[in-house]
Amino acid sequence: MSTVLTIARNEARRIFVSPLAWAVLAVLQLIFAVVFVSLLFSYAQDSQVRDQSQGVADVIGGGLFGFAAVVLLLSIPLMTMRLFAEERKSGSLTLLLSAPASLIEIVLGKFLGLVSFMLAALVLLAIMPLTLLSGTHLDLGFIASGLLGLFLLMLSFGAAGLFVSTLTREPTIAAVVSFGLLLFFWLIQIFANQQIPFASAIGYLAIIGHFQSLLRGIFNTADVVYYLLFTVFFLWLAVLRLDIERN
Amino acid sequence: MENQILIEARELSRRYGATMAVSGLNLTLRKGEILGLLGPNGAGKSTTMKMLAGCLAPSGGTVKINGIDLAQAARAAKSSLGYLPEQPPLYPELTVDEYLRFCAGLHGIPGNQREAAVTRSKQACGLTEVAERLIHNLSKGYQQRVGLAQAIIHRPPVIILDEPTVGLDPIQIREIRSLIKQLGESHSVILSSHILPEIQAVCSRVMIINKGRSVYSESIENTAQHRVESVIAGLRKPPAIAVLKGLPGVNRAEALDGSLFRLAVDAGTDPREALAEAAAKNGWGLFELRSQAKTLEEVFVELTSGDITVHETQKEAA
Repeated sequence: MSTVLTIARNEARRIFVSPLAWAVLAVLQLIFAVVFVSLLFSYAQDSQVRDQSQGVADVIGGGLFGFAAVVLLLSIPLMTMRLFAEERKSGSLTLLLSAPASLIEIVLGKFLGLVSFMLAALVLLAIMPLTLLSGTHLDLGFIASGLLGLFLLMLSFGAAGLFVSTLTREPTIAAVVSFGLLLFFWLIQIFANQQIPFASAIGYLAIIGHFQSLLRGIFNTADVVYYLLFTVFFLWLAVLRLDIERN
Repeated sequence: MENQILIEARELSRRYGATMAVSGLNLTLRKGEILGLLGPNGAGKSTTMKMLAGCLAPSGGTVKINGIDLAQAARAAKSSLGYLPEQPPLYPELTVDEYLRFCAGLHGIPGNQREAAVTRSKQACGLTEVAERLIHNLSKGYQQRVGLAQAIIHRPPVIILDEPTVGLDPIQIREIRSLIKQLGESHSVILSSHILPEIQAVCSRVMIINKGRSVYSESIENTAQHRVESVIAGLRKPPAIAVLKGLPGVNRAEALDGSLFRLAVDAGTDPREALAEAAAKNGWGLFELRSQAKTLEEVFVELTSGDITVHETQKEAA
């Protein structure tokens, strides 16, 4: 366990000394702020919006987090692409492979390091709707459910991106492929509404459906378990892939 | 426990698709030895070292580090191992201190001893002055030293260095070599290179690998002294060539000029004593007698060039 934490700490340090992480965080924050302000104006000025929704948390929290999911789909692959691809390219992966650490510890450590970035992005995002607390009553359960959904979504994006990063030695290829993979899991939602065999099963596999209910403030254990299984599955694939590489 | 065996590889082989990179390699490293792994490019040196370091699983054979099987108890085996690959495994965005602290943690050095380990390792590799600098901004020589510092930070009994002096300037090469020699006093080192003088300068034993097989394994002393290839004899009153040829251990004799003769020698024998005795008895007027030993370079070229049949010399230096 201490090996996992050592690797995680080092990974987090390396993420945050790189300008990439700060650039991504800054751009995300700028985009989120624009969306937040425009949602705020539409809620304040348009009575229709107020009537159709379940309150300010629904419109602003839900709207902002729903939009954030799309932006994160684009930006998480940028953060995962370096995890293994760059280390393989520069040869530093050998350091981890020759150290007394198992592949599971290496993958978990790297993933936990990445989680520190996700938490930073999440906290920065959460601050915006929470500022409304000074002026109005906010349904905190609603906001918490949305943030939890977003965090679970990021874990899944991160795990899939980490796996793709173990497949190649070119970070850019890792980014493009993980973006494609995530978009695929997003888009198969379309087939859920078609008259085809296994439509409901495909719909269940789609990554975004489970987020929608959390976004509406509905906490369902099945949704949480879906994201956790998705995450564990791809981390496990990454371990297998590294093991195959060693053999 | 002076002769404790620290690395023992048996029948090690590695296949990449259809090509055998390493096949049937046996290797033993005892405490206090510096073993030089020599071979032409593509001979399987790096593959062998990767397998010894546990970065690559062998297709066949076993590796024991400090008596622990690398395949069965990888963690325990790897903890007595320090490895510097061909390309030093560095994180250029970290400072030397940050990097070494991470390496110390990775090798399981407890938190309160980490700083001491980092300091010791920096001192050994001459890195104290650049400790605060980003690895990215260091010269190639310093980066190589950081790689070395990483390999010795946990004081492993076994250090594996893959071409540690490649890409360095002559002064840096000398420094790294003396550092390796120093390390050899308290650790056992395996070192690969294709630079012959380097092996001769640093190692106590040499192993030549060609086409994935060990073709030569001998101590440097033996290589220097006992590989007598031919004997030059100066005789004032020489007998017939056939008589010289008849001496024990001589398989060919030729006259160089009137009184100098070159006697080619059977492998592993030294006919000088017999020749001197015969010369004294028969009054040949012996005035010069010297052996022409094979240099490491000649051994290397003979064993690695052309399609000569591979003969295993597995005499382990005692």
